[in-house]
Amino acid sequence: MISNLINRKILTLLKVQYSNMLEYRVEIALWAISGIIPFFMLNIWTNNNLNESINFSDIMLSRYFLCAFFVRQFSVVWVVFSFEEDSLMGKVSPYLIQPLNPFFRYFAQHLAEQLTRFPFALMIAFFFFIFNPESIWIPNLGILLLSIVSTFLSFLIQFLIQSIVACLCFWTEKASSIERLLFIPTLFLSGLLAPVVSFPTYVKSWIYLTPFPYLIDFPASLLSGNETNISGGLSMQILWIFLLFPLFRKIWSKGLKKYTAMGS
Amino acid sequence: MNFRKYLKIYKKFLHTSLASELEYKTNILVDLITAILSLIGSIFLLSIFFQNNGYIGGWKFEQALIIQAIYTILNGITNTWFNPNLTEIVKHIREGTLDFVLLKPIDSQFFISLKKINPSGFLEIMLGFFLLIFCIRVNQISLNLIFMTLSLITICCSICILYSLWFFISTTTIWFVKTWNAIEVLRSFLYIGRFPLNSFSFSLRIFFSIIIPIAFITTIPSEVFLGLSQLWKILLEVIVATIFLITSRKFWLFALKFYSSASS
Repeated sequence: MISNLINRKILTLLKVQYSNMLEYRVEIALWAISGIIPFFMLNIWTNNNLNESINFSDIMLSRYFLCAFFVRQFSVVWVVFSFEEDSLMGKVSPYLIQPLNPFFRYFAQHLAEQLTRFPFALMIAFFFFIFNPESIWIPNLGILLLSIVSTFLSFLIQFLIQSIVACLCFWTEKASSIERLLFIPTLFLSGLLAPVVSFPTYVKSWIYLTPFPYLIDFPASLLSGNETNISGGLSMQILWIFLLFPLFRKIWSKGLKKYTAMGS
Repeated sequence: MNFRKYLKIYKKFLHTSLASELEYKTNILVDLITAILSLIGSIFLLSIFFQNNGYIGGWKFEQALIIQAIYTILNGITNTWFNPNLTEIVKHIREGTLDFVLLKPIDSQFFISLKKINPSGFLEIMLGFFLLIFCIRVNQISLNLIFMTLSLITICCSICILYSLWFFISTTTIWFVKTWNAIEVLRSFLYIGRFPLNSFSFSLRIFFSIIIPIAFITTIPSEVFLGLSQLWKILLEVIVATIFLITSRKFWLFALKFYSSASS
């Protein structure tokens, strides 16, 4: 009964958001294009033969960066910006009356957007393979499933972190600048610009204790068939989710008491 | 007379927008930390590239740092002037408030390009200058008058190109209404400006100098600093900057013909 209700709610939300997102296909295509930084990085790496020093063949490296592109495409989170706008415009108030945490709405929005983005990402990958036909590979089903799971977990971690930051809106109004601050270590340490393997040892010694390498490097290495500790990576991702979720719950309930409706 | 009028108006703009931005003092601090971390991050990335190589695309590490410095200065300028104003254009057009701008007895492009200012970008510009001075020391560049004027000219040209690119994309809002993502695409392309042009493969080099002239923005000024630049390159940059400025102006006037208010 209860689970049935939840199912219906989630399905409806997803349907609504998906049709919403389909309206903005061009934008989503553009957004997909804006994620091609990994390919530029790949160009620098291979063009200067930087990969020789870290025992990465050209083909493995191009697969790695392609996977990094994919993982990034399906783990992009922007909940802070939506929530900030909604809370500044006073749109959160009607959401709060509904018997559903507003974050479910944003969550459905993200999932729907990923679904819309999928064909564009495939198209970019297709072009990538035209230019680099030697890097075509087919991961086996088990690895593919595991990497989809780990990409989703990476998305969850980022969604939770951003939701926590978004809750700071209750106190400061402009939480997006904190998110921009957090984005910097995500950009440089997650493996989007350079695989974590290539990092100097003084960084590698502590980086695996932070959530960053599990956001892009781990799923991308897994999918591209590079060496990774599969069980270790997955369990670290789950551990971070278990750490972040209660924190989010706590900050949400505290912030809600602070909430003062803006506008009208 | 006319110039004095605009100067007077600009002073008023500065006053009002500084007053409103300084209300968010913690924001400025957060932005400063973001700028510092972002610089550290990109130097870290560079150091990974140079780990086992003495040269990247013919540039030494100390030389590549100049590019970082110039990129940081230009990024600071973008964050101070271009970003806050040109995102405002999108708002003006979507909400139809561009009407009020057009009715004012001053140039509309002047108004929307300079109305707002984000003081946290100043700190980034200063950060870039500190790095630049450090680079001048490390690379033992002798400062003479010709060198100073040439570098000033090239940096001014870079600013003009950068402004035109931003303005160009924001102008397209008149047709597409939501160009937020197009700006994201531009941002991700601009990211390439952190690296010397020669480190990319030939096809990308062509792309970044003809289609989107990012090469001109950072690489040429850095070459001037190192005394590597030929005169024709500097001349070419001046020509490109002029063309870009004129086209952006023409494009704005052209686009205004298609502006058909919103709502009300």
